[in-house]
Amino acid sequence: MIYIITQFLNGLFSAALLFLIAGGLTLVFGVMRIVNIAHGSFYMLGVYVAYTVIARTDSLLLGTIAAVLLVAAVGLAVERLFLRRFASRPLPQMMMTMGFALVFRDAAFMIWGGDPFTLPYPALLAGSVETRDIVFPAYRLFVMLVAAVVGLLLWVLNEHTLIGAKLRATVDDPEMAAATGINVALVSGGVFAAGAALAAFGGVMGGPILGGYAGMDLDLLPLAFVVVIIGGMGSLKGALVGSIAVGLIDNFGKALVPELSYFTLFAPMVIVLAIKPTGLYGRG
Amino acid sequence: MLNVLDLHTYYGDSHVLQGVTMHVDSGRVTAVLGRNGVGKTTLCRSLVGLTPARAGRIVFNDTEITRLPPHQICGLRISLVPQGRRIFRSLTVEEHLAIAGRTRGSLAGVSEKREHRPGWDVRKVYDVFPRLSERRGHRGDELSGGEQQMLAIARALVANPVLLVMDEPTEGLAPMLVAEVGKLIRRLKDEGTSILLVEQNASFAVKTADYVHVMSKGRIVHSSEPAALWANGDIRTQFLGVPRVDPPVARD
Ligand SMILES: Nc1ncnc2c1ncn2[C@@H]1O[C@H](COP(=O)(O)OP(=O)(O)O)[C@@H](O)[C@H]1O
Ligand SMILES: [Mg+2]
Repeated sequence: MIYIITQFLNGLFSAALLFLIAGGLTLVFGVMRIVNIAHGSFYMLGVYVAYTVIARTDSLLLGTIAAVLLVAAVGLAVERLFLRRFASRPLPQMMMTMGFALVFRDAAFMIWGGDPFTLPYPALLAGSVETRDIVFPAYRLFVMLVAAVVGLLLWVLNEHTLIGAKLRATVDDPEMAAATGINVALVSGGVFAAGAALAAFGGVMGGPILGGYAGMDLDLLPLAFVVVIIGGMGSLKGALVGSIAVGLIDNFGKALVPELSYFTLFAPMVIVLAIKPTGLYGRG
Repeated sequence: MLNVLDLHTYYGDSHVLQGVTMHVDSGRVTAVLGRNGVGKTTLCRSLVGLTPARAGRIVFNDTEITRLPPHQICGLRISLVPQGRRIFRSLTVEEHLAIAGRTRGSLAGVSEKREHRPGWDVRKVYDVFPRLSERRGHRGDELSGGEQQMLAIARALVANPVLLVMDEPTEGLAPMLVAEVGKLIRRLKDEGTSILLVEQNASFAVKTADYVHVMSKGRIVHSSEPAALWANGDIRTQFLGVPRVDPPVARD
């Protein structure tokens, strides 16, 4: 029983990280219809930038802020200088993001080398939380809380603010949004940068546990895509539900039948797609 | 106020507008008539920047807008009521009005005469369309066709346009609602708004407009006062598909 509860909490921790990362991926797809292969790279860059800044300044907070801002700026540059040129042409855009994924991977290897590392824990959260027989690392609970807060903020922004209404209008009908006075190019740039920043933030949050290593970018990408495809591309609610589903399934799957971990991961996606081709909350 | 000069617009290789020259006069209702597929919607799209013309010029109050992006054209106070309504399905009625709303203050190109009229805001829209007020919390995809058309018009009005472009606003509406739209157009005209009314419903357009252009195969083939158009039986049968019988009865 204790084992199950612990696995359940571990699953929710994975879900929290996945949500931070897949949330950005699904937003970018919803607004711009870009399948962003470089999304895992933003996650990776976030961890590496935080690692460097923390090593210099000894401040987790500074490291986090630097990672988020710098990766947002990189995302903005990628969108404005490159993806913009292929606006509403999904295939060239996807190929371009794939190119960037390779460039970032090699650049990271050149700058930081391939040695694995982890980010330090915040001192306050280094211990464990104990209730009765269950012992669970405080930091993992913290990450779950942070993800919940981020999810709540995104939801409020999207559903209850003017910016959110403009965003949804752009998702619903970009042409009509433009004719209604919305600067769609600006919205796209902003969303792409925000998606990159979220991925970096997810990387930093997971950093003390998952750390950084060569190849981490492409390790994560399939999971994030499974989340987005199960939840429905473009849907924030879908990203939340998909993250929880994938987080739990992946944890229990790996714990119970490790040799089938890819099967347990992709089977639910196939089943969801067979029943609802647009994903749980996706639209045609 | 709006001058279109020898406009050529393409979708890929397909040459749809083949030299459109027309104009809209300030404070009047100008109609563009023509059968299905002649390029009326394409003209509207080029006017508001959705499909920029490849050649020719569009001049609006001394500003060339031919190649401006749509949001900038909207900022110059040209609003579109698109064919097919194009309501945002996940936005509530209220949100539609919120994102489209613009106050009238400090805008270029507004003539003195209009400085005194009250602008369109959410409250005025709800006064004119009580049904939208009742449905204010409902999402676009929960509205009926008639409600969607009202909202499409309201969305354009809260931007306080100087020029309102309406692409087949009566399409698919019940006769009573068509009459409502006609009344509203006359009211907007009285308030000083210039209107470009694109229609296949020729009798409605002729009753409502001060001036008409007839379009065929991507060109304007006839321009006149409405009365002169009705007097010209050849044009009517050839380009509008309206039989040679009086009084005017519209087919579509
Ligand atoms: N997005 C598009 N791509 C290619 N051709 C189009 C597109 N939209 C319209 N057309 C073609 O352009 C011509 C004019 O269409 P349109 O402007 O919609 O006419 P109307 O509004 O007068 O019915 C038609 O032959 C139509 O098939
Ligand atoms: Mg049309």
